[in-house]
This record gives sequence, structure tokens and C-alpha cells, in this order.
Amino acid sequence: MANFTYNNIGIAGLAAAVPKHIYRNLTDNKNFTEEDAAAIVDKTGILERRVADAATCASDLCYTASEQLINEMGIDRNEIDVLIFVSQTPDFRMPATGIILQHRLNLPKSCLAFDVNLGCSGFVIGLNMAYSLLQQDSIRKVLLLNGETRTKVYSFKDRQTGFLFGDAGTACLVDKNDKYGPSWFMLDSDGAKSDYISIKSGGYRNPSTPDSFIEREHENGRVYSDEQGYMDGAGVFEFVITEVPKSIKKILQFAGSEKEEVDFFVFHQANKFMNEHLNRKLKLEEGKVPFSLQKFGNTSSVSIPITIVSELNGKLSGAQKVLISGFGVGLSLGTAILNIDNPWLGELSEI
Amino acid sequence: MEAKFLEQFTELLERETPVTLEDVFREYDNWDSLAYLSVISFVDEEYGIVIPREEFGKMKTIKDIITFIAANS
Repeated sequence: MANFTYNNIGIAGLAAAVPKHIYRNLTDNKNFTEEDAAAIVDKTGILERRVADAATCASDLCYTASEQLINEMGIDRNEIDVLIFVSQTPDFRMPATGIILQHRLNLPKSCLAFDVNLGCSGFVIGLNMAYSLLQQDSIRKVLLLNGETRTKVYSFKDRQTGFLFGDAGTACLVDKNDKYGPSWFMLDSDGAKSDYISIKSGGYRNPSTPDSFIEREHENGRVYSDEQGYMDGAGVFEFVITEVPKSIKKILQFAGSEKEEVDFFVFHQANKFMNEHLNRKLKLEEGKVPFSLQKFGNTSSVSIPITIVSELNGKLSGAQKVLISGFGVGLSLGTAILNIDNPWLGELSEI
Repeated sequence: MEAKFLEQFTELLERETPVTLEDVFREYDNWDSLAYLSVISFVDEEYGIVIPREEFGKMKTIKDIITFIAANS
């Protein structure tokens, strides 16, 4: 069972960066009528999202967030012993983008840097890796980066995915301190559902061919190529409403906690319909469940940290319990209960 | 249960005339993937049952949905 507990490791600070271009779902997607767009926005709750230009990569968004965090927190770069870059939109197929970022951020060569190929569960699982590595005496600080340019992955002509995704990057500094106290993680994988969210071509199983770039019309008027993301929305919905509530009940039990003791529940921002269903099913108090998807859309692994930066700034004070849960592509699910104590939160950067 | 369910379903699917047990719901002019999600969400909230997709695929009428809920609750 992939259950983990830690003591006195925690989040010291978080910063986020987004592209400055705002894409308005109600008016900007000319592939659909405004009536269709309004019906989709009504269900998903995503009014707008940020779209990176052709020259901006996920790593650039993470770089900006990292520079802000390191400079404004006054962090000694030599104390960052590990950099983890979680993304499914890296700069290159090789080398790992995290290693390029180690150099761009002027981190020492003694820093371990690597990439993690995970999506919506990637903040929780990346954080678990950071906590795990910090159990070593020699590891002082870990920089966890989550970056995505999801708008480059999905077809804007696909009714199911063409209104959902946004681009963003975050930097999270994880360190050790007696003030943090205990934390708990539970991480699950379900590879039987690996085809629920996927890009068919462009890897080594189905290499790119001229044909794989051709847009095709699929069921329900969905238009996309095999080089673009596909999502079985109904299958994912079924997975999430079945598995996420179970995972939350289990972690509360594992942590010996009641849901009333949790100050905030920060969920992966999938879409309003799914997230509100989870809230009602779990009977959570509205004020305890921050939403940022109306502004940024679904930003995959970035959605949990960007929600903390944009919605909890000024709301976190003293020692508080925060439950986070990320779920999606893989399929993969990660849930954690963290003790948070006044983390530094940066103002949102735009590039 | 049937009367309440029919009433709730009429509202959920935004039908102008009350739905009936014999209605083939996929033939509604406003039936789409969003309507499907609404139904799955509603049944889960109201009855605590997530109808698996393969089961839902076999259902044709409103009565089939009610029968499934009754057999699984």
C-alpha cells in the first residue's frame, strides 16, 4: 500500500506564473456557436484560461515562478539540493527539462534534478517525493516545479476538451522545520484505465506519421488528430466520483482526523460540474473548498498549487490542516493531509 | 419512488413535458454527453449508486434506470 507519513517536513513557500494572454471561452472559440460555448461554460464553470504563445514552454512559466520565489523569499540557491520538474509538456523528449532548469536557475551542480511524467495527480505525488527525499540528513531544500502548456496538447475543435485546459507553472519550496508536524499521503494507480486520457501518437509505441497529424471527426462532432489529447470524459467522471471520496475517507482515517478538523480542501480543478459533485457527495462546507478554475481552467498538475496561491493568499494563518487531492491521467490518484504553517505565497506573475 | 424520480428527471433533463417510464431517453432532442453526466451525478447523489458505463449503455428507457437503482440499492 502506497501510504506515507512524515514529520516536520512542509511547504515553506509557493509562487505561480501564467501567460498574460487571457482566452475567453464564451466568445473566443470560433469553432463553436456562442450558444454551444455558453452551454459548455455553464457546466464546466471555466470562463477563461491562460494561453501560452508558441515561444513559451511550461519550463519558462516555472522559471519565472522560481525566480520570484527564490528572490522574494531570500533563498540561498546553494541550499536547494533537489529540483523536481513535473510536466507532460517538457521542452524536449531528452534531456530532462529539470536539468536544463537547474542550470537556468543557477542551482549548484550538486543538485539532483529530474522530470516526472504525471498530470493531474502530479503535485501530490511530486510533493510526496520531495518529502521522502527530505528525510535524508543531507537534503536541505527541495524545489518542486509543476508546469503545463495543456492548450498546446488539446484540440480547440473538440467539444469535450476544447474549453477546459489552461497553461500555468508553479514553484513550491519544501524544507524541514519543527513547526510542520505530521503529514500523510496515499497514492494510487489504475493502469487498466490508461486509455481514458491519452495522446495516441508521437511516442515509441505509435511513432508520428504524416497521417497522425490529420484532424479527424470522431463521435459527437469531436475533431482532433492522433497527436492531440483524447479524453473519455464520462469514464474519468465515473472514476473520480467513485474513487476520490473513498480516498478522502481513507486518508482521514489514516491520519486519525475528522473532516471537520480540516481547514481547507484543495482539489485538482477538473471542471465545476465534477468538483461540485465531489463537494456535495463529501458534504464539505463551501468556504473550505477554494476554486480557481473559473480563471485558469484545468491546468493539470498545476491546479492545486495555483489554487493555493490565487485563492488562499491572506487566508492561511498559523498552523492549519489542508487536504489536497489530485486525480486524472494515468489514471492516477494522490491524496494528502498536510500541516501548513504560514507558507510564503507570491503574487501571481504574468509573462 | 417512481413518481418522485419521474418528477426529478423531468427537471434534470429540462423536459417541457413530464417524462414517462416508457420514454427512450436517448431519443430526447436535448440528450447529449452533458445530459448523461447529469444523470450519473443525480443517481449518485440521490441513491449513492454510480451506474457503470457498460450498464448504462444497456439501458433504453427511464424504467430501465429505475429498475437498476432498485436492484442495486
